[in-house]
Amino acid sequence: MAVELGHFALVLALALSIVQATVPLVGARVKSYQLMRVGETVAIAGFLLILVSFTTLVHGYIVSDFSILNVWENSHSAKPMLFKITGTWGNHEGSMLLWVMILAFFAAMVAVFGRNLPPSLRANVIAVQGMVAVAFLLFILFTSNPFTRIIPAPIEGKDLNPLLQDIGLAIHPPLLYLGYVGFSISFSFAVAALIEGRIDAAWARWVRPWTLLAWAFLTGGIAMGSYWAYYELGWGGFWFWDPVENASFLPWLAGTALLHSAIVMEKRSALKIWTVLLAILTFSLSLMGTFLVRSGVLTSVHAFATDPARGVFILIILLLFIGGSLALFGLRASSLTSGGLFHPISREGALVLNNLILSTCTATVLIGTLYPLLIEALTGEKISVGAPFFNLTFIPLVVPLLLAVPFGPLLAWKRGDLLGAAQRLQFAFGAVLVVMIGTYFFSDKTSTAAALGLGLGFWLIFGALTDIAFKAGVGKNSLSVVFSRLKGLPLSVFGTAFAHAGIGLTVIGLVSVTTLQIERIVLMKPNDVVEAGGYTLKFSGVTPFKGPNFTEDQARFDLTGPDGRRLGEIAAAKRLYPARGMPTTEAGIRTFGLSQLYVSIGEATPNGLVVHAWWKPRVTLIWIGALVMMFGGGLSLCDRRLRVGAPTRRKTAVEAEA
Amino acid sequence: MTRKQKRATIIAIGMCFLAVAAALTFFALGQQTSYFYMPADVIAKPVAPGQRIRLGGLVEKGSIERMDGTHVKFAVTDGEHTVKVGYEGILPDLFREEQGVVTEGTFGPDGLFVADSVLAKHDENYMPREVADGLKEKGVWQESEGGSKNGG
Repeated sequence: MAVELGHFALVLALALSIVQATVPLVGARVKSYQLMRVGETVAIAGFLLILVSFTTLVHGYIVSDFSILNVWENSHSAKPMLFKITGTWGNHEGSMLLWVMILAFFAAMVAVFGRNLPPSLRANVIAVQGMVAVAFLLFILFTSNPFTRIIPAPIEGKDLNPLLQDIGLAIHPPLLYLGYVGFSISFSFAVAALIEGRIDAAWARWVRPWTLLAWAFLTGGIAMGSYWAYYELGWGGFWFWDPVENASFLPWLAGTALLHSAIVMEKRSALKIWTVLLAILTFSLSLMGTFLVRSGVLTSVHAFATDPARGVFILIILLLFIGGSLALFGLRASSLTSGGLFHPISREGALVLNNLILSTCTATVLIGTLYPLLIEALTGEKISVGAPFFNLTFIPLVVPLLLAVPFGPLLAWKRGDLLGAAQRLQFAFGAVLVVMIGTYFFSDKTSTAAALGLGLGFWLIFGALTDIAFKAGVGKNSLSVVFSRLKGLPLSVFGTAFAHAGIGLTVIGLVSVTTLQIERIVLMKPNDVVEAGGYTLKFSGVTPFKGPNFTEDQARFDLTGPDGRRLGEIAAAKRLYPARGMPTTEAGIRTFGLSQLYVSIGEATPNGLVVHAWWKPRVTLIWIGALVMMFGGGLSLCDRRLRVGAPTRRKTAVEAEA
Repeated sequence: MTRKQKRATIIAIGMCFLAVAAALTFFALGQQTSYFYMPADVIAKPVAPGQRIRLGGLVEKGSIERMDGTHVKFAVTDGEHTVKVGYEGILPDLFREEQGVVTEGTFGPDGLFVADSVLAKHDENYMPREVADGLKEKGVWQESEGGSKNGG
């Protein structure tokens, strides 16, 4: 019965979305305040209905109701409760329901927090959001209904893919979707502005916090997914340039560009047309990502089931929204007047450079991702574009951007002083030189790439510190004045510094692992010893272990540190999930400071067990950097100037000085 | 500089950057993509040693040989032809005889395909798509191949 309730709520939500997509639009057209207000009520009600529907499905998973096809296919009564719940979005139908729920959530947020938006803009935004909801609710109800029953109900479920039975996967999809789908707000704002044919700095002030929120979630979602792949797949890799990973990385790149161009628009009324286009493109890339992942054109752990009808349906949605919004853009963009002039060497100029490079990077990653699909469609030949392509194109393109980052915040609006900025950065530069020389001479492998790469990471961090120090007047003022000025700095200045320093941390992690990691593949018999990064692993044997819904063979290793101290045991395992007859590899990971020792085992041969051990120096910085970026985004969100509806304080300490 | 000159400078710099990016992309697409081959394709149009390709098919029954250390050899077949593959490292969890596999690497001068990555399925319902398509073309694909093994 509850299941039918959930199904019914979903159908009702579709009906409301149709109202949401049309009535406020008409209201804005005929300037009827009543009609415009309908959108808000409907958006909130629609979200609540989808929430009910989602909760019913979660309930079905919790009580293991195998009369629901979706639950039967993806759950098992012996599965731990946490994974029963998270299994709700570990499959195609459930994850699409989560997708739509988050979409409706954002529409409801606009309805609740957008009270002081101009009424017609708010009505249009909610209507556009409603259109996207209609499309995806239709998609769910017609091709991916999670509430389909099976009669008679089986006694036991088929279990969730064991790779997905993991805490990382509990968090990764919701975070990722909050990011992905969060960009729908920027999209709706852009389309609403085009419908109105009017756009100003206030528009950018509205769009920026939403974009920032989505961006921070997406950053976390991508980092979580990467960490999951790292420890769960047992290959020791954290990023494979897999098309599915690219599908989430593309909106991130475009969203990062959007974040920066919106600043120019807000502060200087310039780059209006470009910002609107970028807002459309960012969400289009999110939609394309959904298509790539959900249509089954790619095979990966994300492509749960392949059903051509679904692919075609999403493709139609994709063409409708991207085509429609771009056509509207073509028609209306010329009516948006562009504003403020600026010198190439200025804050605006730096942000334009950021946008130029980020959008070029987006384009190359997009080409690399779609090229194999295109070639296969045209010639039938199957090719793969892998990591070498992306490393060769993306890295050289993004390095100039990272080199330029510390200069940006130090340049003044309108006309900046490059020499002055360079002088302020001289301490940062000196510190970086010390780091590079130190790395070159003292790291275990004398690697030029490591020295240069670590230098780049520290350059970003020291650059961010320089920016704060300069704005607080370190060196020019007494300590107490510096402190009071630090307190007076807007939070967004710290947000910028943290986000930029976060990139630096991630770069340090990436460079350390790729250039300095130590890898060992050996055959081991009990009491054999392997050494990596100064740590010694002594194989003590294999013991069987029985978990709630799996059995495993644990290989245990005694760990000895570089100083000869015993550090306990590391266990790596081969696990078997009998419900699916599926084996998985469980890596043994031990963290030392920022670095990790990573052990994974292969099959047992007559000559011993295949053991793959890595020493991964500073690997955790890759994800810590992402967390710092998220934190920076959060700080900026708390900034009074960005807070939606807060009265704007135009003159702040920084701007007064600049 | 006049306004026009400033604008021209910005556009010129932008164009240069885009040109570099385009050149890099084309170069990398030419150099760094690897084509997918089934064993029969390798016989039909031989691959030069050192050229990176992906080789897919089924792991031939009884062909898995453990060499010294962690070195392993196996044969990839499409029902008609087979190609010998050498690999060093941990084989994926679902690497088994008569199961679909995609290996990536280059042919050595002795005709042995040296793989640096071996991908099997990561779910018992899933066969690497290229392999499935290739096998369908050869007519050795059975729909039941991907069916689930448990009785429920």
